[in-house]
Amino acid sequence: MNTLSLAWRNLLRNRRRSLMTLVAMVLGLMAILLFGGYIRDIKYAIQTDSVKVTGHLQIQHKDYFRFGSGNPAAYGIANYERILAAVKQDPELADLVTVVTPTLQFGGIAGNFSAGLSRTAWISGSVVEDQARMRLWNDYGRRILSKHLSLAGTPLDSAVIGTGVARVLQLCSALNVPDCPPETPKAAADGAALDQDIAALATRTTAPVAAEKPGQARIEILATNSRGAPNVSAVNVLRAEFQGVKELDDMYIGLHLSQAQRLIFGAAPPQVTAIIVQLKHTAQIPQARERLETLLKTSFKDEPLSVIDYETLNPFYGQTLAMFNAIFSFISVLIGAIVLFTVTNTMSMAIIERTVEIGTLRAIGLRQRGIRSMFVTEGIMLGCFGAVLGLGAAMAGEWFFNLLHLSWIPPGRVEQVALSVRLTGENTLMIGSAVALVIVAALSAILPAARAARMNIVEALRHV
Amino acid sequence: MSTFGTPPEDRQRQIAHPVVLKGVTRTYRLDAVDVPALTDINLVILPNRFTVISGPSGSGKTTLLNLIGCIDRADQGSIMVGGKAVQTMDDDTLSDFRAHQLGFVFQNFNLLQVLTAYENVEYPLVLTGVPADKRRARVTALLESVGLADRAKNRPGQLSGGQRQRVAIARALALRPQLVLADEPTANLDSKTGSDIIALMREMQQRHKVSFIFSSHDPKVLEAADDAVHIQDGRITSIERRLAMAESRP
Repeated sequence: MNTLSLAWRNLLRNRRRSLMTLVAMVLGLMAILLFGGYIRDIKYAIQTDSVKVTGHLQIQHKDYFRFGSGNPAAYGIANYERILAAVKQDPELADLVTVVTPTLQFGGIAGNFSAGLSRTAWISGSVVEDQARMRLWNDYGRRILSKHLSLAGTPLDSAVIGTGVARVLQLCSALNVPDCPPETPKAAADGAALDQDIAALATRTTAPVAAEKPGQARIEILATNSRGAPNVSAVNVLRAEFQGVKELDDMYIGLHLSQAQRLIFGAAPPQVTAIIVQLKHTAQIPQARERLETLLKTSFKDEPLSVIDYETLNPFYGQTLAMFNAIFSFISVLIGAIVLFTVTNTMSMAIIERTVEIGTLRAIGLRQRGIRSMFVTEGIMLGCFGAVLGLGAAMAGEWFFNLLHLSWIPPGRVEQVALSVRLTGENTLMIGSAVALVIVAALSAILPAARAARMNIVEALRHV
Repeated sequence: MSTFGTPPEDRQRQIAHPVVLKGVTRTYRLDAVDVPALTDINLVILPNRFTVISGPSGSGKTTLLNLIGCIDRADQGSIMVGGKAVQTMDDDTLSDFRAHQLGFVFQNFNLLQVLTAYENVEYPLVLTGVPADKRRARVTALLESVGLADRAKNRPGQLSGGQRQRVAIARALALRPQLVLADEPTANLDSKTGSDIIALMREMQQRHKVSFIFSSHDPKVLEAADDAVHIQDGRITSIERRLAMAESRP
């Protein structure tokens, strides 16, 4: 017979009550863990989604991120090819990096000038093959639901636009975009005049554009070139794709990098606005960042460059996680309070039932501390059982939930992502929650135990 | 080492002390009314005796027993038990004192329901850190002496009232106390079983050289007593010493 044996037998004394308390704890822990696992999965989903597009790190002009996005010429990277080569050839980075690729992003005007329509646009030029390889990043072994890039394997004058852009430019029928207003033959006279100007400019500054095919549309993109003059490029729009966020969807145009560079830099040496670096693992960011910064300081010390991580590039990532963490904390506190109340209630009931026993134990020489530790041990034992069973139940819940193969589109994202719960391997979450449950159970028992220990022995012995 | 920290096997070598109460008063407050339970009690209870405190219900027997048993405190006066002034001890010291020097037998047996007969007897030994082998020997001997060796693995719910009280007596004697206090030990037993229990306690008192103090109004208990203290309305009305002061039962 020892303290644990005594505690165990006392818990078995009122099995139904102990069982109900245990069930409350198990459900509470399971709820916390499943929600925690769901948040972990969301974290990895958003991280994966971000890393696939923006990479882990980007080398940019040091001021581009803050106020250079409207002026790619002034805040571009002129020596990007040398930097690319240096990064690719660096032996330390070679072990860390999966893709290094340039990108050029700028604002402009997209026009369906034949219909007399135009709108401001956000244009992203990329090396599509590199981007396609970046889309393969799946360090967390997630169920991949994303599709291939529409620009992959297309001619250099091809473009993909947001559905919002297609609607504004009245390209719905050509690109099979739903929910469009009827196309109107707008301002034919003015449009024709404008069309001639733009067409002349486009003819002078860009390569010839392939003839428009069925299911495609042609638009002109007007942007300010590196010398501050307007420049126009005509591109064939292959597809209109929803970009997840209306503001982006109404402005997005995706181009091949060379096409975008021709538009901004013409015959001048091309630049990019960023060099994307995608790593094998997110945890390698500090090491890779340090190495990149060293490389830039030593080999490109005259270039005003900086290295920015994906969390800075995607503020949404941190905000979303902060929001979910706040919800998780709130729910954990609520569930913790319920567990606290349940265990306190159980202990209080046990103490009332065992008042005479408490008096007897005190009479035969058990100190107050002994009474306290007896009930706290019972609370801790309940907590331990609750923790073990709760972990098991949560693992079973994870397995079942993931069997359902659910998916969703996270806010601000375009593609369906797998909606699952990730507990396996999340040892900090699981052990932390289990330990927290045991602590809550112990805390719940402390107050009733202290009350029991302070009982007047004579009154306790008289208790009926 | 404190006196009450002495190992049980050495306890018999100690000098047996009388219980001495001087000017003891105990008043309870019930619903803002002071109810005197004991008033100016002066009493010496001799060691190694079978002493009965008798009196009608509400006379203060149990209160007196509780004060001697150090589970209640007097409002006034002094109490010496085992040669120690117990009213000045703090709670932990009193707990240790009770564990080592006193044994309790209750009217309702008060065994721990989740423990077997063996474990109930063993509990005080566990509490005071007696090594396992010594515990085993002591508990086995005690259960044999109260005739329950074959019931060692039974829980209280599987024992009769008389058997439970036997277990309680064995538990009270586990640490070889100087003094065993029994509050109406036969009240919940039938006449035959009550007589058997009294006989057993008498036998234990003599075998273990220990003082037994009862509160009881059972004539059988009173008849078996060496000394009888009569109490009424919180005051001692008579002290009947049936053995001479220096005499003790063989």
